[in-house]
Amino acid sequence: MRIIKYNEAISEATVEAMTRDPSIFLTGHAAAYPSGLFGTTARAAETFPGRVFDCPSMENAFAGIAVGAAAMGKRPVFVLPRADFMFLAFDNLLNLACKWHYMYDGNAGRVPIVIRAAVGKGWGQGATHSQCPHAPLAHFPGLTVALPSTPADAKGLLLNAYTNNHPVIFFEHRSLFGTEGEVPEQMDPIPFGKARIAREGTDLTIVATSLMTLEATIAADELAKQGISIEVIDPRTVRPLDEETILASVAKTGRLIVADCSWEMCGFSSEVAGLIAEKGFHSLKAPVRRIALANCPAPVSLPLETAFYPKASTLAQAALRLLNKDEQDLAGIDRVDYFKGPY
Amino acid sequence: MITPEQHIRLYKEMLRIRCAEAALAERYKQQEMRTPTHFGLGQEAVPVGVCAALTKEDVAYSHHRSHNHYLAKGGSVYRLAAELFGRKTGCSGGRGGSVHLTDRESGFIASSAILAECVAMATGSALSFAMDASDRIAVAFFGDAVAEEGAFYECLGYAALKKLPVLFVCENNGYATESPLSIRQPEGASIHGRVASFQIPTRNIDGNDVAEVYLTALEVVDEMRRKPGPVFMECRTYRWLEHVGPFFDHELKRTYRTKEEVEEWMAHCPVKRHGAYLLENGHATGEQLSTWETETRKSIEDDIERAYQDPWPDVQTLMDKVY
Repeated sequence: MRIIKYNEAISEATVEAMTRDPSIFLTGHAAAYPSGLFGTTARAAETFPGRVFDCPSMENAFAGIAVGAAAMGKRPVFVLPRADFMFLAFDNLLNLACKWHYMYDGNAGRVPIVIRAAVGKGWGQGATHSQCPHAPLAHFPGLTVALPSTPADAKGLLLNAYTNNHPVIFFEHRSLFGTEGEVPEQMDPIPFGKARIAREGTDLTIVATSLMTLEATIAADELAKQGISIEVIDPRTVRPLDEETILASVAKTGRLIVADCSWEMCGFSSEVAGLIAEKGFHSLKAPVRRIALANCPAPVSLPLETAFYPKASTLAQAALRLLNKDEQDLAGIDRVDYFKGPY
Repeated sequence: MITPEQHIRLYKEMLRIRCAEAALAERYKQQEMRTPTHFGLGQEAVPVGVCAALTKEDVAYSHHRSHNHYLAKGGSVYRLAAELFGRKTGCSGGRGGSVHLTDRESGFIASSAILAECVAMATGSALSFAMDASDRIAVAFFGDAVAEEGAFYECLGYAALKKLPVLFVCENNGYATESPLSIRQPEGASIHGRVASFQIPTRNIDGNDVAEVYLTALEVVDEMRRKPGPVFMECRTYRWLEHVGPFFDHELKRTYRTKEEVEEWMAHCPVKRHGAYLLENGHATGEQLSTWETETRKSIEDDIERAYQDPWPDVQTLMDKVY
């Protein structure tokens, strides 16, 4: 099958959707730059110059402007080069967009908005250019929150987002833009709330979001050499959450690690731990383990930053411990961050 | 020029809104409308004057004090009352309450409670109209406190940059909840003056004179249809009742403003004032004015009672329409 990059898959989904639906427009800071938001908007900008345009730095108002445009039949796509800027948009997003259909009982119509945001990591991105606020967003009824980890998932989920009738938040991890994977020429939209079993296994389940799916797969590959069988589940959307697939996996393996690209406290890893405590307790052979960012803001300095992020070796060690195996020196399995500056 | 028929129409529309709000406020005291309500008594001239200059295809948005705008754009008293009673037949199915109204058929798209949201939504609808090269206009109705929220300025900049057909209508009533303008905004810094620095044409008018509001709106709407771009109207007006609820502040012994100040503004009542204009100019007789009022009151009482008798939403629908 054809192999393309994550950013190419996003670009392709965008151009395909915009070709089919003239009501889609795309805007955001740097959206129409030649670099095109990590290469994801450049082709759309060339193909649809009137429908891809740059936006001033007005994240707060634009989320509301998107609602007003959507209420008139448009399908706004608002892109944010860093997800951290989305905090400015929380008012219109959380008080208005995600409540729209419910709060007016459907009488005010629909507001199909897609917000795409890049999550930064590494190369000293620092405290305010590296966050992934999927958990606080997933807290709110009415939103869909997607974090694809492969090119195929990125394309399929985005095709769904572009045709959906309610607001969708789409997190694209900067460390994934250059990764490759199989993507069929013709792809159907991927439904929300349907997890992907990235790798089947029997000894332990790792539920991992976004980039952590990649880390979990590397850990699983390494442990497989030692006869340990890890199942890796990528929920793909954290709201709606595919509880069934997670529960079925834990029923099989009896051990669970949740690996998230944000913090533990009131976060996604805690949500899944709660799910298992409530509905999968009797399957457990060991306590649930959460692997997330260190409980501090993201530091810049290289050794601090390296210690801040969990990686494949962190997951592999945690798995060994849950399986009552001896710890090993696994630092060699970790990916080298290919990324070069300046941003 | 406003024809006598138009004058009468403006009067009757203000009367409808005045009677509706007065009757709803009275009924509100019975504790059966369980939704924090911001009544618009005293502020009828702006919504009526502006909406009279719009077509049904033009859209309007409003903030928390939204009954007047909803009604002036064409919303029904019956569905508003049903919404306040939490009935299934409310304009938002009883789910929104007083601050979340909608009536798409008349072009009143939505009201919402966080101040500058309505400004952003109207700007967004105007963006949609501009992209489609349509001659429709989007209007945002809001109060003076919106000029203290950042999204307001973001929208001004964007509307000016993109030449969007959005009419910003600021009803400056001098208070945000119980906080007077003087402690919220710098002395001598007018809102319309600030807006003008965005290269947006502004008007500063008497918001209690429906004829002035209507003529100004007609003029700017015509201008906007010929040459798209935002316009800002600051309309000075005054809220009679407490910020939220059916009482006068002095009835509850609040001291943030005096009874005398309220009474002075009530003497400039927009409805009475326009009624006097109709009489002076021979457009209507005193008898007509009182007949209209009696008929309007009756029809509003009927609407409110009918809404009250309507059923609650089915509890089974609690989880419907989240997506």
